[in-house]
Amino acid sequence: METALALEELGALFFGLGVLGRLAGRIGISPIPLYLLGGLAFGQGGLLPLAGIGGFTELASEVGVVLLLLLLGLEYSASDLVGGLKRSWLAGIVDMVLNGTPGAVAALLLGWGPVGALAMAGVTWVSSSGIIAKVLSDLGRLGNRETPAVLSVLVMEDLAMALYLPITTAVLASLGFLAGLRTVGIALVLLVVVLVVALRFGGAVSAVVDSPTSEVFLLRVIGVALLVAGVASQLQVSAGVGAFLLGIAISEDTAENATRVLSPLRDLFAAVFFVVFGLNTDPREIPAVIPVALALAVVTTLTKIGAGWFAAQQAGVGSLGRWRAGAALVARGEFSIVIAGLALGSAAIDPEFAPLATTYVLLMAVLGPVLARVVVPVHGALSGRRRAAA
Amino acid sequence: MTRLPGIGTKQEFVTGDGRRVGVLTHRDGHRELLLAARDDPDSCAATVPMTETECNALGTLLGAPNLVAKLQDQQREVEGVNTAQFPIASGSPYVGRPLGDTAMRTRAGTSIVAVVRDHVVSPSPRPDFVFAAGDLVVIVGTGEGLKQAAEILEAG
Repeated sequence: METALALEELGALFFGLGVLGRLAGRIGISPIPLYLLGGLAFGQGGLLPLAGIGGFTELASEVGVVLLLLLLGLEYSASDLVGGLKRSWLAGIVDMVLNGTPGAVAALLLGWGPVGALAMAGVTWVSSSGIIAKVLSDLGRLGNRETPAVLSVLVMEDLAMALYLPITTAVLASLGFLAGLRTVGIALVLLVVVLVVALRFGGAVSAVVDSPTSEVFLLRVIGVALLVAGVASQLQVSAGVGAFLLGIAISEDTAENATRVLSPLRDLFAAVFFVVFGLNTDPREIPAVIPVALALAVVTTLTKIGAGWFAAQQAGVGSLGRWRAGAALVARGEFSIVIAGLALGSAAIDPEFAPLATTYVLLMAVLGPVLARVVVPVHGALSGRRRAAA
Repeated sequence: MTRLPGIGTKQEFVTGDGRRVGVLTHRDGHRELLLAARDDPDSCAATVPMTETECNALGTLLGAPNLVAKLQDQQREVEGVNTAQFPIASGSPYVGRPLGDTAMRTRAGTSIVAVVRDHVVSPSPRPDFVFAAGDLVVIVGTGEGLKQAAEILEAG
């Protein structure tokens, strides 16, 4: 009987997500905010509390994070990352300082202490590479001159995550200074080793997972990814970072095949991850955090535009292109939720953290694509007026 | 070449007119033709997704007249001789048949000097060369002969 009920609930959950995903496609927004809303609706204090599939969804959401980061790693080759690091480190740092600070300041003002500040800084810092890549492609901006600058900011953020996530994991687990330092050391060594191995012996890692039959290939890739993620998690480096580094280490041809077979699974498990995050947020706590979320949204929209503007200026792009780059980067999404998800289980985190992160991402995931779209006509109108006044 | 992490690669150049023209190759291999906007050179006025065949067609369109122009240049001294290019349309009776079947020299007094297929020029094709739809046939002959040649290729 219990199995039957669990299957029904799971079926209803996925079908519901499918309906939401279709709705998102219709109105042209990312499905992430709708998945979060779906989670809110089902969860504690929501309309329809789910029971009986907690065990499955918890594990599935962990797998979701692993797959999200594995596929992100697969998108980049080690030479992309090293090249990006050489060219755009300054833009990356400007981006981190401008966009991490508002989150940290907000957390400190709310009295969440340094741990909360670190986690919230991550939530407001990192743009959503998924949403942004989709928006750039939909708007036909992939060939634009500012696009490499936008992408390199995303690359820098993702690369920085390979250090930020272990640091945050260590701090959240309140390991103490030395143990924390050890974790960060491991992460740093791993990152360097992976980059060197991928640059020099990229074929070796691919050979472990490669297979001509797609079934064997799928099982091997997933197997290795979960193993690596598990070991990384045991070392307190965070499961996602392990998967991300594995993705980088897999060389290009294999990476393309892996992306193809894993994308549907990623979509499935990542959807569960967003829902579970929503499930763990009590919707009744949301109204209280709306003012803070709105303030953060306004401030970090401006700071993100600033960061994109700077990156595009460094690349020698003209005025309108700089504004386009800034507006394109505004969207926050999966990474903010991954970071918030890490923080969720920790005792050192204020209970208002999850609702604030959820509300913030809901706002930014919807606002980002809209801003990217309207920035061109708005810029045109403004510069037209300026010209008229002159 | 610019790498676009997570998307693919972009190759572009700026024309003498100041327009940026390029090709974006996605990771899955599909390509887009890029043309920068005139008023805002950072953005693209057009991005045209192209299949493999379409890329080849465009390459041939841009490349083949070049070949014809070169040949015309060489033959300028010879009075009355012209060079022209004709496509093998998909409805042509010679699709899938060898060049010899056209009996071009006997019937029109013209010579097929080259065939362009997918950017690749086959100079002095032999009589057993088999035509395919979309081939561009470069023919040398008199004005009248070239007219006949076009009719032969079209209608047999």
